[in-house]
Amino acid sequence: MDSLLNKNRPPVFCPGCSHDNVLYSLDKTFQDMGLQGNQIAMVSDIGCSGLFDTFFNTHALHGLHGRALTYAGGLKLARPDLNVVVTMGDGGLGIGGAHLLSACRRNLDLTLLVLNNFNFGMTGGQFSATTPPEAMVGSGFLNRLERPIDVAQVAVAAGAPFVARSSAYQKDLPELIEKAIRYKGFSVVDIWGVCPGRYLKRNKLTPNMIDDALNKLKPLNGPVLQNMRTEYGQSYREHAADQKPISPPAGIDARFDPPKPGRQEVVILGAAGQRILTAGEVLGIAGLTAGLNMTQKNEYNITVLRGPSICELILSPEEIDYTGITKPAAVIVLASEGVLRRESLINQLDHNTVVIQVVGVDIPSTNARVISVNFKGKGIKKTDWALAALAFLSNMNHVLNSKMLDAAVTIRFKDKTLHAVKEIVAKATA
Amino acid sequence: MRLSLYEGNDAIAWAAYQAGCRFFAGYPITPATSIYNNMLKILPPMGGTVLQTEDEIAAMGYCIGASMAGLKAMTATSGPGISLCSEQISFAIGSEIPLVIVDVQRLGPSTGSATKGADGDVQFIRWGNSGGLPVIVLAPVDVKDCFTLTMHAFNLAEVYRCPVFIASNKEIAQTRESINLESLERPDIIDRLMPPSGGPFLPFQSLPEKDVPGFLPIGGKVIVRQTSSTHGVNGYITTDPDEIATMIERMNRKIKTEIDRFSFAESLIEPGAETLILTYGVTARAARAVYRDLKTEGNPISLLILKTLWPVPENLIYKNAEKVKRVVVVEMNLGQYVREVERVLKDKKVVFLGQMDGRLISPNRIKEVALG
Ligand code: SF4
Repeated sequence: MDSLLNKNRPPVFCPGCSHDNVLYSLDKTFQDMGLQGNQIAMVSDIGCSGLFDTFFNTHALHGLHGRALTYAGGLKLARPDLNVVVTMGDGGLGIGGAHLLSACRRNLDLTLLVLNNFNFGMTGGQFSATTPPEAMVGSGFLNRLERPIDVAQVAVAAGAPFVARSSAYQKDLPELIEKAIRYKGFSVVDIWGVCPGRYLKRNKLTPNMIDDALNKLKPLNGPVLQNMRTEYGQSYREHAADQKPISPPAGIDARFDPPKPGRQEVVILGAAGQRILTAGEVLGIAGLTAGLNMTQKNEYNITVLRGPSICELILSPEEIDYTGITKPAAVIVLASEGVLRRESLINQLDHNTVVIQVVGVDIPSTNARVISVNFKGKGIKKTDWALAALAFLSNMNHVLNSKMLDAAVTIRFKDKTLHAVKEIVAKATA
Repeated sequence: MRLSLYEGNDAIAWAAYQAGCRFFAGYPITPATSIYNNMLKILPPMGGTVLQTEDEIAAMGYCIGASMAGLKAMTATSGPGISLCSEQISFAIGSEIPLVIVDVQRLGPSTGSATKGADGDVQFIRWGNSGGLPVIVLAPVDVKDCFTLTMHAFNLAEVYRCPVFIASNKEIAQTRESINLESLERPDIIDRLMPPSGGPFLPFQSLPEKDVPGFLPIGGKVIVRQTSSTHGVNGYITTDPDEIATMIERMNRKIKTEIDRFSFAESLIEPGAETLILTYGVTARAARAVYRDLKTEGNPISLLILKTLWPVPENLIYKNAEKVKRVVVVEMNLGQYVREVERVLKDKKVVFLGQMDGRLISPNRIKEVALG
């Protein structure tokens, strides 16, 4: 196979830069594997290693600092057959830490080559996430205050199934990179090298010193037994194949006449757990069975199991413009939590509004027609009061009628639940 | 009659699917999360991909990768997520990557109120990228618009090779509403254009007679380069000022000069009316109520509801305001789009009504200001 290096754009690294070694090793890997340029995507990060994409005649994507793994992941999910190789420096490693951890956990079939030269070459040799504290770098004393990370160990801890440490000068680097590319899963190769342009100005680091340092560490040469598992893309496709297609929400035919013409607004004031939203949905469906347009807005705390739960519903034969509540036809009061959020609304009501108030829940003074109901006394559980109140309204032929309600619950619920719901309706209207 | 119940976010998800979206990546955030929930149910069984990423930056990064591989991609978030995505947005603009980005706006600043609506990101979406090149922003009023404008958004992203924003609002996204599916406007689906065959592929060479380059996917037969660096037509970094200027001016032109083709709006112009209410988003619903009221009362005003916010549809605004003396701009913020209206309508009296407390602006307030 021919070299995939771009003859028109020879490498431009500083003389003696170890990036050169990695570049030629990678080209050898591609040749050994017999890959064509269109079977490879080089995704490069920012910094001197970010120039890698320009030196190869392959697909290439050069993006933002630290984000290379995100583009690479998108490419791989869309094109599972593509060999996606990411080059990133120790800078990209630090700023893109969350992406590195997630890539290890996710295990997409990408190959990450970390061109680790212990400093930011391009911006003036500042310290990176891997700079030793004793090094003299472009960040004054600051690197002495922080500990470097061992990216290989981090990758193992985060779940990468293939992790290797190596020197940029290692003879078998092309073979190691080939193993990483052939591995079906996320593979990380932490390649230690030197930056004569910056780091070597005030620090001594030779290929031998790199070897010595690597030899002192517990070796990592490839597959990590405890992290080996099915590749993400393959798992995804297997799981997705088991999912059943869904259809858009079904339409509901109009079959009844509403009890009254014009816009009808209903507010349900309750507490979390009272199935306020479901009752709202039932009322909305009831409206649809009478050919009415509807809007429904819900209000509840982010901590969903506590606090108020409020539903504001509008039914109208005309198109609904403003979705706010102006003159409600009915206000259903089921819990003080809801009342507290709408005190001013209750204050302002006039005799055109019917308030259904369960006994025991106080409301501020109001000119509305207040009807007290004792659902508890009728043997209805608190969680069913919202639905019971709808039944009560339908019995009054106010906002909805019993045919609309019956049709709505039959659409909304099935089997046992439907049976239980019908019992609640019967109790509430008894 | 047959009506169905949708929330704005449901409509966006289904419309995305219908427009050909096969890749969605997102990070949960109220009030945008239900778009992700919907996509997770819709796409996987249909051969599409849905990913929950580590953050919004990654969500957009994955979308960029997938889009460059040839898929139609979308992400959905809210103001705090858009903030994080700023650098990716700049990348998509400057490197001409088709993308649909939904911003379901919530009350800011900052973390603000997760469950309260606002239109506070309107200038932020426009200018929240480095370089300041134009973006396309569409603003739905209701569920119907969420459906139709999302389909338009995908088409525009494909045609102009750029990110297209949908500026929704909690009050649209999480309001359930009845719609007649048969009456929905469904634009024809448009796909990105390939370059003419023959000759070497230059990733940023405009198509003949157009200001938009032809697209080939990364991973296909022909080798494709993509880069966030300032580049020439060949996709390699360039330092040549003339080449840079040509590229930047083309990207500016390709969107700005085409605005009249996608100036979506609803205009209710009353002959003889002296006042025009100009608004967008959910506030348009209250304004419509005012328009109807005043018409019945025999004191008509005109109403212009913008559904394309950026680039500013200047000709459309100018034409609709021609006959009136006063323009009342109403928006759910402290005065963002009104700046654009003042700029376009220099010779008119422009009055502003804004509110930023998490509540809808009521028809009564609008009526008061409209009547002066
Ligand atoms: S600055 Fe350092 S990393 Fe960059 S090219 Fe020069 S030696 Fe290599």
